[in-house]
Amino acid sequence: MKYVDEFRDGEVARGLAAAIRAEADPTRRYAFMEFCGGHTHAISRYGVTDLLPANVRMIHGPGCPVCVLPIGRIDLAIQLALERGVTVLTYGDCLRVPASNGLSMLKAKARGADIRMVYSAADALALAQREPAREVVFFAIGFETTTPPTALVLQQARALGLANFSVMCNHVLTPSAIQTILESPEVRQLGTVPLDGFIGPAHVSTIIGSRPYEFFAEEYRKPVVIAGFEPLDVMQAIRMLIRQVNESRAEVENEFTRAVSREGNLKAQALVSEVFELRRAFEWRGLGQVPYSALRIRAPFAAWDAEAKYGLDYRSVPDHKACECGAILRGVKRPTDCKLFGTVCTPENPMGSCMVSSEGACAAHYNYGRFRDHAAA
Amino acid sequence: MCLAIPARVVEFAADDQAVVDLGGVRKQVSLALVDGVELGDYVIVHVGYALSRLDPEEAEATLALFREAGELLQPAGGEGAA
Repeated sequence: MKYVDEFRDGEVARGLAAAIRAEADPTRRYAFMEFCGGHTHAISRYGVTDLLPANVRMIHGPGCPVCVLPIGRIDLAIQLALERGVTVLTYGDCLRVPASNGLSMLKAKARGADIRMVYSAADALALAQREPAREVVFFAIGFETTTPPTALVLQQARALGLANFSVMCNHVLTPSAIQTILESPEVRQLGTVPLDGFIGPAHVSTIIGSRPYEFFAEEYRKPVVIAGFEPLDVMQAIRMLIRQVNESRAEVENEFTRAVSREGNLKAQALVSEVFELRRAFEWRGLGQVPYSALRIRAPFAAWDAEAKYGLDYRSVPDHKACECGAILRGVKRPTDCKLFGTVCTPENPMGSCMVSSEGACAAHYNYGRFRDHAAA
Repeated sequence: MCLAIPARVVEFAADDQAVVDLGGVRKQVSLALVDGVELGDYVIVHVGYALSRLDPEEAEATLALFREAGELLQPAGGEGAA
């Protein structure tokens, strides 16, 4: 397929791998964080790790929306469906995330809750329009990529005066998460997470552009290279990061120029700022309460804000004690450092969120990487 | 959540909708978030919405950069070897 196959070409990958080996200085170590789950997935799925020299290490970041969603938010959605008889619609990845009391959205559905998977926010709005007697809540999750569609359906719901539709907004912001990682003790003081630069998100950046990352490059002296989600994109971005480090530069570079500009998608940005405003703080799994890191629905749309409409009261719930998702999301631990990995916790029966989505670090490693953990006999 | 591939716009429909083709699979998506899309353009689709147009010239330039990486390392003697 055009614009896919040529970015997955094995022959070209070999050339890029050789270029990376030639440019990486053997006397130093490089550690780069791929912020986004899409990149984590590509690195595992295409075996990019095996093509990198031993002194270039990739660290998984927290850019997987399902992984960073705290249990308490899912509990609220389950309560709405089980106790209030509301129909909850959400993206498929959310359904299997473990919640309190041994439940997940899927298990709540088995107990009679009306929870359904939708492909897009428009499908949620369409159901509310088709069935005016049904109370429909769209459980909206995701980074800047999925926020504009949610803003659109909120605008449409208001224009239609659709009283039986509302949105539970869990949308989060990429730059706040990157800043939290850079400010974390592991990176700043302890040095337990060495970090020489970031691979910047692909599809998030189509919306927000490359400009928001300039602050990190200047303020923290960390190079950022925005990359597409195909394996050759990731390899080229690693090569560009190595070059920046070698030349003591800390700039924002864009490998994904075919879809990302400096300004981003201004139409989508205007829409988002009309409908949403910053939350003072929001809890992230693994990062805790992060100030100004998420969005809430503005007052003119309050009638379509599920949190206001149903008087929802958020309670923080700790993760399973043995689950290392939190540390893995911060880059402090790897999936194989968790004693549940691959035994109690598998993609079929996830104990923690990083094993749920194909973009989660644990699921990616389980599906594509764990065969490398054991030398062949 | 975030994985998506470029799709070719093959037909416009009402209400900012369009039909895209992904290797023979056709799907209706919304163009409400992008301006100036023409038939035959490639767009990046995510949860049913086109997020941005794909620039074919930039795509070619990126592919050329990839190829150049391998060529730089070819042993000297070939045509145009560095």
